This record gives sequence, C-alpha cells and structure tokens, in this order.
Amino acid sequence: MFIMLYLLVLFIKWIIRMSPEDKQMSIRGFFSVKTLSAVKEIFTESLLHRKIFRINPLLGYMHMSLAFGWFVLIVTGHFQSLFYKPAAFHPPYYSIFFNKLESAAGNYPMKGFFEFAMDFLLLFILSGVMLAFYKRFRSSGLGMTKTTRLKLKDNIALISLWCIFPLRLLAESATSGLCHNGGFMTGSFGNALHTFLPLETIEMPLWWAYSISLGIFFFSLPHSRYMHIPVEMILIFFRNYGLKTCNNYNSFSDMEIKSCSRCGVCIDKCQMPESDSRAVYFIRGLRENTPDPHQVENCMMCGRCTDICPVGVDVNKLRLIARSRSANDGRSNYPYLSAKNPVNADVLFFAGCMTHLSPGIIESVQGIFNMAGINYHFMDKDGGACCGRPLKLAGRNKDAEKLINFNREEILNSGAETLVTSCPICLKTFREDYNLKHIRVLHHSQFILGLWYEEKIKISKQLVTLAYHDPCELGRGLSVYKEPVELLNRIGIVRTSYPHGTDSLCCGGSLADTELSMQERDAITREALGQILVNNPQYLATSCPLCKKTFAKLSREIPVMDIAELVYRNMLSRGTAAGKRKLRKRTKETAVY
Amino acid sequence: MEASARLTELGFNVVLVERQGRLGGHVDNWDFLFPDRKPAANILNPLKDAINYKVEVKLSSEISSIKKLNGQYVTSLSTGDFIKTDAILVATGFDLFDAVKKEEYGYGIYEKVITAADLEEYFSGKNGHKLLRKDGRGKIGILHCVGSRDEKAGNEYCSKVCCVTGVKQAMKLREYFPGYEVYCFYMDLRMFGRYFEDLYKEAQEKWGVQFIRGRVSEASETHDNKIMVKFEDTLAGKPMKISLDLVILLTGFVPAAGALQLKELLSLETGKDRFFKPVDEHLKRNHTSRQGVFLAGACTGPKSIAESITEARAVALEISSFLKNNE
Amino acid sequence: MMVKDKFGFSIHADNQVNLDKGDYSLLQKIMAAEPGFLNCISCGSCTASCTAASFTDFNFRVLCQNVRRGQNTNLMNELSKCMFCGKCRLICPRGINTRKIISLLHKELSNTMQYA
Repeated sequence: MFIMLYLLVLFIKWIIRMSPEDKQMSIRGFFSVKTLSAVKEIFTESLLHRKIFRINPLLGYMHMSLAFGWFVLIVTGHFQSLFYKPAAFHPPYYSIFFNKLESAAGNYPMKGFFEFAMDFLLLFILSGVMLAFYKRFRSSGLGMTKTTRLKLKDNIALISLWCIFPLRLLAESATSGLCHNGGFMTGSFGNALHTFLPLETIEMPLWWAYSISLGIFFFSLPHSRYMHIPVEMILIFFRNYGLKTCNNYNSFSDMEIKSCSRCGVCIDKCQMPESDSRAVYFIRGLRENTPDPHQVENCMMCGRCTDICPVGVDVNKLRLIARSRSANDGRSNYPYLSAKNPVNADVLFFAGCMTHLSPGIIESVQGIFNMAGINYHFMDKDGGACCGRPLKLAGRNKDAEKLINFNREEILNSGAETLVTSCPICLKTFREDYNLKHIRVLHHSQFILGLWYEEKIKISKQLVTLAYHDPCELGRGLSVYKEPVELLNRIGIVRTSYPHGTDSLCCGGSLADTELSMQERDAITREALGQILVNNPQYLATSCPLCKKTFAKLSREIPVMDIAELVYRNMLSRGTAAGKRKLRKRTKETAVY
Repeated sequence: MEASARLTELGFNVVLVERQGRLGGHVDNWDFLFPDRKPAANILNPLKDAINYKVEVKLSSEISSIKKLNGQYVTSLSTGDFIKTDAILVATGFDLFDAVKKEEYGYGIYEKVITAADLEEYFSGKNGHKLLRKDGRGKIGILHCVGSRDEKAGNEYCSKVCCVTGVKQAMKLREYFPGYEVYCFYMDLRMFGRYFEDLYKEAQEKWGVQFIRGRVSEASETHDNKIMVKFEDTLAGKPMKISLDLVILLTGFVPAAGALQLKELLSLETGKDRFFKPVDEHLKRNHTSRQGVFLAGACTGPKSIAESITEARAVALEISSFLKNNE
Repeated sequence: MMVKDKFGFSIHADNQVNLDKGDYSLLQKIMAAEPGFLNCISCGSCTASCTAASFTDFNFRVLCQNVRRGQNTNLMNELSKCMFCGKCRLICPRGINTRKIISLLHKELSNTMQYA
C-alpha cells in the first residue's frame, strides 16, 4: 500500500514537471504501438535481464531468477487464490499467505499443478538468492571482478530481500509439516522439520518473520537500489515514447537516476585508477543530491559504462549536466574571433587542434586529396578556433556556443557541401551541436573510403598486419565502426581479437578529464596497449589524433599511425618513382613500405 | 678501445666484442669534435692503433648468452664463438633518440628536417645529398632538446652534450652557407665544459648565430616547401613563427639497443632513465653489483668523448685491481 | 616649494615589481591542488602551441608566471581568452596538467571575483 502511494506521488510529480513537448510525446506514444514495444522490453530486460545474460550467463540467471521468478510466483499465487476461491478481488496478503490461511484447503481445480508450480518457482528464486549471496563473497564466479560497495540503506534492503525467500520456505514447510499441504519441496522439507522441531511453536513466529521481512523490504525499497523495480518499468515506457535526458535535469533524468539498480556491471568496465567516480557511485551521489565534485570531474567520458548499463541509464549525459551546473560558464566572450574572408570550395577540411600536433596526418590527408583532385580548402591551416567540444565536455556550454558560432559561420559561408575532419572529437560536435543543415559531415576515413569507391584513388592490399583501435568519440560516440575497418582491410590485414567496437578501450588521453595526472594516464594507456597489441601487429592504426599521440608515447616497438597516413603510404608505394623515393627517405623501418 | 689498450698495457688479455662491422661506434660518423674542432679521425685512429695486434677484436658479433662457470664468465656469441673471461666490461654506449617519435617536428615527413647526426654525416662527406645551395640565402633552425627533458618522449633527463653540439654545428653551418641565418631554439644552454662558453661567445660574435630562448612546439610545411616553426620567444614574451629552409634536430641519447639484452643476461640495475646504474655515483662509478662486471662510457648516461676516455682509463685500473685480488 | 628644491631629492613611483608585496594566496591554492604547477621551466611550448595565441595577445606561460610571482591583476580577463583545447597539456615537456590549472584558476577567480 505504502509503495503504491509513494509511487503514485512520484509519478504525479514527474508528469507535472515534464516539459510540454515531452508530455505530448508521451500521450501520442501511449496510444501507439510503442506501448506494446515497451511492454516487450519490460519483459525481455526487466524480467529476463537479457542484457545481463550477454555479460555473463550466471549473472544473468541470478538477476532473472529473482526478478522473473518472483514475478511469476506472485502471478501464479494470484491465480492459485482465484482458482481456489473465485472472487472479483482478493486482498494482496491473501495470496502471499495462502498456504497458511488456507492450510486446510481441500481440492480445487489444478491444485496439484499449483502446489508444484509454487514450490518450483520458490526453488528457482532460492537458487538465485544463493548465487547472490555467493556473489557478495566471490563475485568473480559470476564474471564480475568488482561489485558495488553498498551503504547501510541498501544493505538493509538487501538482507531483508534475501531473507524473504528462505523464510517463506521455512514458514510454508512448517505449515506443511503440520497440515500436509505442501508441494514437492515444502512438503518433504516440512516433513523433515517435523521430525526434530517443535513446529507448533515455531510455525507462527516463522510466518511473522516472513511477513516482517517482506515489510522491511517494501518500506526500505524507495530509499534503496530496489526502487529500480517499479521505476525501471516506468522509464521503459517513457523511453519508448521518445523522451530522453537532454541538457538539463528533467523528469526523465530523475527516472533514470532512480532506475539505477546498482548492479555494479559498470564497475569492471571503468578504466579509472580509483573507484569513487565510477558510474554507479556517481549516480548514487546524484540520487542523494550530493555529487562529489571530484566524482563529477574525474571521468574520461569514454562511455563504456553507459554502453554496458543493462537499464540503459545515460551516464555520460548525466555527468555532463552535473558538470554544466558546477562550471563557471559564460565568462569567455572570445571577442578576438572575427569573421574571415570567405573562401569557396566543395570540400572543407578541418584538422582540429590535436591534428596540428601530428603533421603526418595533415600531410597525408592533403596528399590524398591532391592526388584525388579534390577541390578543398584547409580551413584551419594557419591555426583556427577550437571546435568547442573541450569546453562542452567541461560543462561550459555558453562559452562553447561562441566558438561554435564563429566556426559555423565560416563553414556555411564557404558554400562547401562536405566537411571532412580528421578528429573524431571535432566530428562529434560538428554533427551534434553545429546544426550544419545540408552539409555532409564526415570523418576522413569515411571520405577516403568514398574516394576509393568513386575510383578517385588507387590502393592495393599488402601483406601487412594491422590492429585498429576504435576511438571513444568515433565508436561509441558516433557509432562509426565499419568504414575505418573497411578502408584498412583494403590496404592490409586487420586483426581484431581484443576489446573493440562498442567494447573498445579508452586510450587514456581523454580531454574530458582534467583531474588525471600524467602517470595515471600512462597506466591506463599501458593497460590498453597491452590488450590491443596482444597479437603483435606490425602497425597500430588509429583514427583519432589524440589516441595516436597517447599511444605513440608508450608504444615502443610497434609504430602507431593514423589511417590517413597508412593509406597515403600505400598510395605512394604503388605510384610514381618520385613518390617511392619520397617514401624511402621518410621511413627508418623498412617493413613493407 | 681505450680501456682495452690500457688493460693490455697492464698485462691482461682483452677480447673486444663489437656488434657492428667496424670499430668506432657513433664517433665514426662525426665530423669535427668540440671544443677544439679536431677531426673525429684524430681520436679514433690513435685508439685503433693502440689496440692493433694487441687486443683480440671480434666484429659483427652479438651476444647470445653469458653464463658463470667455475668463477669465470662464459660468453657465447652469435658467430658461434665462446669466450671465457674473469671480468666483463660493459661499454655498450648509446643510441640516438629516434626523431620520428617526436612527430610534431615532422622528421621523416618533411625532407628539410634532419637530425644533428645526419648533419655530421653531411659535413664529413659521407652522404652525397645536397642540403642547401651554397650561394643561397635563407634561414636555418637548430632545435635543442629533441627527445630529452621531455616527459612526452619518455626521457626526462638532459642529454648533456647536444647543446654544445648545436653551437658547434651552428658555426659550421654559417661557415658553409654564409648566406643563411642560423637560429638556435633552446630552453637552456648547457655549456658545461671547458672552452664551451667561449664557443658560445664565438658563435654569437664571430658567426652571428642567433639564439632564441623558446622551445619549438610544432612544424608545418609552407606552400613554398619551407618549414614553418612555431615557438615563443620567452625572453621577449611573445609567440612567434618563422619559416626555415632547413631544420636540424638535436636528438638526445637513449641507452643502446643492446643494453637491454645485457641487462637481462647479467641482471644489471638500471636507473629511472634506463641507463645502467653503478654501485655509487662518486666512489664506485664503474662497478656494478655483480662481481667482475664493470661499466664505462655512455652506457651509464650521456657524456662527452673526453669523459668516456677518462672513464675508460679509470675502469681499466679498477678491473686491474679486481683481477689482481682475485688471483 | 618643490620637494626637490628643499630636500635635494624627489619621490617617484618605483618601476620595479616588489615581490614582497605580491599576493600569493592564489598561488598557495593552486599549489595545494596541483603541485606540478611549480615544475614549469618556462620553455614556452604552451604559448607556442596555444590556439588562442594565434588570434590574440594571450600568453599562458606569462599568466602562470605572474601567478607564481603573486601578480594577479587582470587575471580573469586574460584567462577568459583560453579556448580550453588542450594542446598545451599535450606539448608540455614537464608533463604539467595545464588544463587542471586553468580549471582551478577559473574556479578560484570566478568564486572570489577578486582578480577581475
């Protein structure tokens, strides 16, 4: 009862605080097929926990047995009550305490089935409880190296939850031992107990214990991680209707925060050296309204936690909002940025701040464009303004806006149809914040692959082994995984038997984190390199200048090169004598080139 | 070579193992040496003469393994030879920092960016490349601290001898290409040795070399194939850029490639800078913690040729007293 | 009667910066949070690579140097020119976390509004 009321109040608060657009979206969605897809998602994720199964089968089984098992137990119990005593409405406690209240029940339709089913489900849930208990001591057995450190409120809820089912087993068995109304498990267990325990005296206390345990659980639920049980379902509905967390806290983000079950799956994915800023603790900080500034700032925003979250909480977005609230935004005007004379071209090339520190990439991109005869303008050749994303990552949205406006004007004035950049960080902000209308915004690997398809450049596959690293901003950030690999496959052999794609490791160079020291970053980089270079490729191919510099610093034996550089070398090696001479002069390592 | 010669004089048998096909190491590639500008051959030839016929020299030989047997060291070489000795002197020297790794400067990308070693080869006539037109006009830049004093390059130590090398080369460049201005971009000018300060003064006064206190951050190519470098003239307090016809990178020292292998084979200690660590920096500069294994030369850290020769003489004495005591 | 005539000397403003009178409170705060701030060897790489420095008169090295000498006037004005791009951190040979220092200065100066 208490829970229902609590939830209702919360729900009403959320609806009231929703923006008008969100409300409209919800209403429209409610009456559409999206409601059905939401129901399906609730079934597959909240009950069956399909995503967790993919992480580790045992872990998935554990979560599923508790969620799905208990759900079916309640439903089955309800049907059992209905079948026994058909009525329009039974009080909720009726089916919970059915075995006690109707201990002398005679025959009713499907009695045998129900007795079996209830016991089977209880056993199913108990297996999950045992796994959960085991996980607290040896989480590696369930595929988790580290598990969430819980505080008092969560521990109370956890222990009461765990006690519910063993106590139910004991209580039902006690009653069964006395009245012989148990199923295969409670019956036999009850008989066993009857032989050496004074069941008459302990039967009632056991039922009381069960009931108290249930009560403690439900009272502590709103203040604990188990709030995710009701809230996640509501979240799924609204998410299917198209609501999401944007630039500020709203009803939806509040739902997300409360949907975090603190399952701890995000902890192993995080590459940070210390644990306080991990997603689960950050969300907890938000929920308790006390996010530690260190938690908010010390995060590389690599997105691995956001990607793995079984509930689908957008941790990255929440962290950005937290940053924007504590950032001292709006102090920079950049009055010195004045519009340049527009230069017309078909294609704009924006190198970005980081690429300027890697002249090899610039030379290669320009070389490829020249050889393909592209009419392009190198927008920031003599140093341009920063794209603005580093400011956005720090939460300084207003300041970033000034840089964005300046660059945007130049881009639109050029009349170009395509904007190509060699930096995924710039690319992400161009695509998401710049509102460049009809202009095609591409990463240079995508553009170069296009050039090959249009037969404007010639490359050939050579016997050289490559490892490709998916950068955080290009991969998880923009879902561009295939084109770089496809391009690389045309010039060499790409081996990928290390975390890649959505699971790719962060290089450690991230601009989103201002707290990490160089030594801490180096440790992250070394760890990542160890995994990526496990197959000993001849080259490590990157598509982000920051990743390139970060890896090149610590990769002593295996050279790190950008995709553009590898493609350009390939083009030169099969080209004119002058090109080949140029190539020979530049490399000390002979390899294939 | 010096240590071998001295040890032979003291009456011991020496086997000199060299991985390359000729003696001389890096010095063989140098042109004129500081501070007195003598040709490198003036040092190498006397050294080679001193060991000629007196020391067993094994060229093109790499070390496969070193074992201790009955108190003696048995070294097996890649050529199949075995050497039994009572002491080992590690003199693996140094390698130069691979300038490709400092990618901001564009070595390996821009033709006009070369290293100091490349320039020495050019001066000594070893490669026939044409650097610049002798009668041309333009600007040459020398960048100090490439791969040294740089956390990003993984070498936080100072390589000591590059500054004076830069000054020496600056003067030579002004001599060879009088129509070109020469700029030295430095963080500090480490003129640590005798007469070095005089070289600095001579470079400024006689040759008109310009010294700019500012580390170059990045290099890019201009449309007329020159190299544009960005730096801050920290003494003037302003960021600047300049286009150069030739850029020379003063690359620092790193431990020789073979040093790591020897470290494993002999279980030697290295310092944070990855060079070998002697037992004590003052009184036992040539000793390792392993009995009978000694160190000399640049394998313990960047040093000049004069210092290496001095150390060679010192270690010869140390080895001599060790061997005498162990008889 | 002028001071000079009466006493034979005149009192004029001192052009030398008096470090005794510097305000080191800001420096103390930065040092506590990021001790690497003192590792600077003034090589100038940061200013050389700075994105903003190619547009305007912004010199990060000098800004930090002034903080170290306790000269904090006009600091926020200067600091607001920074685009926060991160090239300085990538180029610094001493491995100093320059962006953290910028963040710290930003926070301190915005909070106190003392050094506007």
